[in-house]
Amino acid sequence: MRKLPLNVPVPARNARGLAGASAIHESAWKHVSGQARYIDDLPEPESLLHAAVGHSDQAHARIVSMDLSEVSAYPGVVAVITAADVPGHLDIGPVFPGDPVLADGLVEHIGQPIFAVAATSHLAARKAARLAKVEYATMEAAITVDQALEKQLFVRPSQTQQRGDPDDALARAPHRLRGEQYVGGQEHFYLEGQACLVEPTEDRGVFVHTSSQHPSEVQKLVAEVLGLPIHEVQAEVRRMGGGFGGKETQAAPLACVAALLARATGRPVKYRLARADDMIQTGKRHDFYNKYDIGFDGNGLIHGADIMVAGRCGYSPDLSDAIVDRAMFHADNAYFLDQARVTGHRCKTHTVSNTAFRGFGGPQGMMVIEQAMDDIASYLGRDPLDIRKLNLYRPGRDVTHYGQTVEQHLLPEMVDSLEASSDYRQRRQDIIDFNRSSPVLKRGMALTPVKFGISFTAKHLNQAGALVHIYTDGSIEVNHGGTEMGQGLYIKVAQVVASAFQVDLDRIKVSATRTDKVPNTSPTAASSGSDLNGMAALDACEKIRARLTAFAAHHWSVPAEQVSFVNNQVVIGSKSLPWADVIRAAYMNRISLSSSGFYATPKIHYDPATGTGRPFLYYANGVACSEVLIDTFTGEYRVLRTDILQDAGRSLNPEIDIGQIEGGFIQGMGWLTTEELVYSDEGRLLTTGPATYKIPAVSDCPPDLRVALVPESPNREATVFHSKAVGEPPLMLGIAVWSALRNAVASLTDYRYSPRLDTPATPERVLAAVSASQRWLDDQQEHA
Amino acid sequence: MIEFVLNGRPQKLDQVDPNLSILEWLRTKMRLTGTKEGCASGDCGACTVIIGTPDQSGKFQHEAVNSCISLIGSLHGKQLITIEAFRQEPGHPVQQTMMEQHGAQCGFCTPGIVMSLVALHASGQPDASSERAILEALSGNLCRCTGYRPIVAAGREALVQAWSPDDETHPAACLVQEKRALEATLSTGVGLSLPDGPRYDAPQTLDELRKLRGRFPEARLIAGGTDLALEITQQLKTLEHMISVERIPELSGCRVEGDELVIGAATTYRRFHRPISDRWPAFDGMLSRLGSLQIRNRGTVGGNIGNASPIGDMPPPLIALGATLVLDGPDGERRLPLEAFFLGYRKTDLQPGEFIHSVRVPMAQPGQRLFIYKVSKRLDDDISAVLGAFQLTLDGNEVVACRLAFGGMAATPARALAAETALCGQPWTEASVARAIAALASDFQPLSDVRASAGYRLQVAGNLLRRALLASDPRHNDEPMLVTDYA
Repeated sequence: MRKLPLNVPVPARNARGLAGASAIHESAWKHVSGQARYIDDLPEPESLLHAAVGHSDQAHARIVSMDLSEVSAYPGVVAVITAADVPGHLDIGPVFPGDPVLADGLVEHIGQPIFAVAATSHLAARKAARLAKVEYATMEAAITVDQALEKQLFVRPSQTQQRGDPDDALARAPHRLRGEQYVGGQEHFYLEGQACLVEPTEDRGVFVHTSSQHPSEVQKLVAEVLGLPIHEVQAEVRRMGGGFGGKETQAAPLACVAALLARATGRPVKYRLARADDMIQTGKRHDFYNKYDIGFDGNGLIHGADIMVAGRCGYSPDLSDAIVDRAMFHADNAYFLDQARVTGHRCKTHTVSNTAFRGFGGPQGMMVIEQAMDDIASYLGRDPLDIRKLNLYRPGRDVTHYGQTVEQHLLPEMVDSLEASSDYRQRRQDIIDFNRSSPVLKRGMALTPVKFGISFTAKHLNQAGALVHIYTDGSIEVNHGGTEMGQGLYIKVAQVVASAFQVDLDRIKVSATRTDKVPNTSPTAASSGSDLNGMAALDACEKIRARLTAFAAHHWSVPAEQVSFVNNQVVIGSKSLPWADVIRAAYMNRISLSSSGFYATPKIHYDPATGTGRPFLYYANGVACSEVLIDTFTGEYRVLRTDILQDAGRSLNPEIDIGQIEGGFIQGMGWLTTEELVYSDEGRLLTTGPATYKIPAVSDCPPDLRVALVPESPNREATVFHSKAVGEPPLMLGIAVWSALRNAVASLTDYRYSPRLDTPATPERVLAAVSASQRWLDDQQEHA
Repeated sequence: MIEFVLNGRPQKLDQVDPNLSILEWLRTKMRLTGTKEGCASGDCGACTVIIGTPDQSGKFQHEAVNSCISLIGSLHGKQLITIEAFRQEPGHPVQQTMMEQHGAQCGFCTPGIVMSLVALHASGQPDASSERAILEALSGNLCRCTGYRPIVAAGREALVQAWSPDDETHPAACLVQEKRALEATLSTGVGLSLPDGPRYDAPQTLDELRKLRGRFPEARLIAGGTDLALEITQQLKTLEHMISVERIPELSGCRVEGDELVIGAATTYRRFHRPISDRWPAFDGMLSRLGSLQIRNRGTVGGNIGNASPIGDMPPPLIALGATLVLDGPDGERRLPLEAFFLGYRKTDLQPGEFIHSVRVPMAQPGQRLFIYKVSKRLDDDISAVLGAFQLTLDGNEVVACRLAFGGMAATPARALAAETALCGQPWTEASVARAIAALASDFQPLSDVRASAGYRLQVAGNLLRRALLASDPRHNDEPMLVTDYA
């Protein structure tokens, strides 16, 4: 660095990389140079074995017999285990029972692990696992939501939230519409497949390297299957190659299997899933069947609603209770439903147990009301944006169907702002003109809002811990319960710590998440990573800072009020000392330079019995406007432009947040457009790799993508530096693309008819909607 | 034995299982773990490496390749460059701009993305910094975190910067174009084998290939391996014997003979894209959407024909053009119309000892027009639900001859003969097209599968004919007709 002449005062400045700065990801160089280590990249311990499982070929059956002799005899195989070899708990259901680590006589989905193999190579283990001879007695299976609803098969009891008298409101409303939709599921498609490496310890326990969003759960379940106290197992997560909810509960079964094999062999075991196995064996976003019955007046103002959401949970509860709850909490999205009933079903099917995925049911719930908005608009002949604006929560119309009051009304202004900045009205006219003259290609546009509740709805999960150490050279290590999956949590927490001490960001290192550093952690999920762990780290810093302040005041004999932390210095009365000098002095004077920190989210409560409460500390808001172009010959489409305005509160790191917003939007768009999970009638997943399951590729990104954060918008709640969560909410901005596709199709009927467009809205479904529109036009002509 | 150079260091391999992919070799034998496995099927690009192939002048042409489905034997005489060549800070401009633009989140796809952009940078192509070139370079790299915008921005900034390793000992020095070609000393006996195990032969001459093919009729022919390797990585098969056709000069490249363009069977999509599009521009749009750039750098026309998939994208347009297939074998050369080669689902007329030599594509004649329309769920890197290729000879407004070929509609790539009959000798109008569309239902009973339903395929097949009609209407000359025109 350039040296300043001595006689010029050092310009007042802040330390580098504090909260609010767009610091780059802490692993950026390691990422771009291939030096960031994921599980499969870790140095391999001596005598390492590789795991694979054999899985069920039947959706619902009893295992009559299982001949594993060829598996055991395959060259390289060291051990083969079944449910009978599990010394501790067989069931590893994360919240409710229902997930045996290895099937015990009964299989409930194709792909369910029934035995496990350890071999000297990954390939040998996989090849051997295919050699089992299993006889099944097939039982009747429910594969779809419809089949489950018909048979009344549920993994958990149905729930209802109700406000007022919706039946009466519907009966009295001047207009009434009913509609239904199928909303497809979604494969996480984290680029790094599920993986873990388990090493036996000198006791009976294991050390687990895992690619998991929930190391504490991995630790607990591994201890349980091994029949050990939790302290015999440690789990570490340095980073994941993407998670998106798919590594919240789905990583633990792998770790359990690997731990069982490590126990059986006394050797370290690595277990990573090949892509097809990952797609077959692990849960996905729930697909939903939704229905609405909605009453409204001539302006489109909603008077009452009766909404049903039914999620395909798969064979076990996993997290489905909370996921369908969240779908129910978001069936209003951003709109005041007035008199409303929302019913949620947790359908049991003989398919893989569906699980958390960014948005956690919220997106599927929102889809039903967004379809209703478009339907009301086409029924009344109005621009859908006008209907959406009219129904937004506003002061006086601000209590949700589950009784929480919406306190911060950002959306009305945000919608107006994006309507103006995206030039919505002029472009709407241009689109109408274009569609009149374009024979095959048609454009559509939609502007949709998102209101997303922030907090775990399971109250006890809203807690976090952190551990901060300052070393004698002034460098700082922070550890917390959150995991890094690419979202930038580590850099954000480091920025919080830098801000607490007003030191440069490069003094701070966030070390791998470990269950023996911070115990009993919650999953890094529900967008809560920085809200919870940032606050816990801040708490630890504040404790140390209080000690340093007291020490400095005493040591240099100044009042405590005259000690402050500024730009890598500690200002003590009239003098200013470098940070590291003060730290050294504190050490020499035997001041503790380490502290844990803790945080529990205030204010939240919810009573499932009554379906009311305040489940969320606050809401995160966003607005997106997307313009699309469809080909009415093939149903193919592309997104031409998207404008987004997102409220991230007082952002901890604006560029990282914009990365979350763009990535979330594209992922949401993919969910609703090209990402199609296809099952056979027998319940076999047919889309088992990227050749058939199409996540967005580079040219699916809108060529014109404009993303902005709401400027100077501190969270009214006391979150970390008044920031807001930003992990999940942007995913639902992708709904604008789906709605725009419907809008483009509706142009064929001059916006008088809006055919259903189930998701994913593949080119085939778009073409079917085009054909439905053409049939409608033909009918109209016939009647005329 | 095979010889190649890994990040500047010469390598000799002999007793190695030839079923090993480059990725597996890097990760398990060399423990170079910067190159990632995302899918092991050539669809995600996390495993992208750069392969340098010497041209006749000894200069290396550098191309991005999926190492997960490229077999180790294909490396003979080549340079292999991995992300480990770029471990010295401050790194390549692509690495710097990727960091500055926040182009990596979880980082798992990132090494592959860096390698794709570095390959574009090293290509020296004049439009390398254009939007089109950057999107093409990234067409086979999936990222699940960023939504791509910052990655494209990083590419835009990096591609205009000059970069060269500062000295010859730099691991990435092999990217410098003027470097001397690798001296691959072995002229015969190139290949890999395990004692009593799988074997891989890489003959260097046509004669050598004929002999091997005659002696080992059960051996599998391999060129780019973009499809064959999936049997290894997805079905976990061990291929006992492979014979590579990659190194035979006669089978590689394009030449003009009389009024035909002759494309060697082992010519990659990348290499014949220009020659064929210059003559038949309709190929350009389709080839730009065929697989990804990584696939187009390895996949060959002979492979696409030889594996006889009903959804291969090259056969329908070649059939529409009346292309001739040249087979070589023990009894010498044999020619047949391409459509006659396909006998049934993945069944061909290839006889024991035979191999595909080349395909001969007729030049355009006056009045002839070619339309090629690929339809898939996703625009980039996706397999066709339907592909329609139509060659029409128009005299004024009359269809004097037509060949309508489709992929995805039957067990083989096939002509729509009833529709052709309905159209031939008729005016090129909506009414004739409607009759041809009605005839399609008797030509095809397509399948429903994960890509599309039978009903969709039939409806789209007809609509593609409508599009061809619309596209030949001079009133719509300047109008975009496809969503891809809005790139």
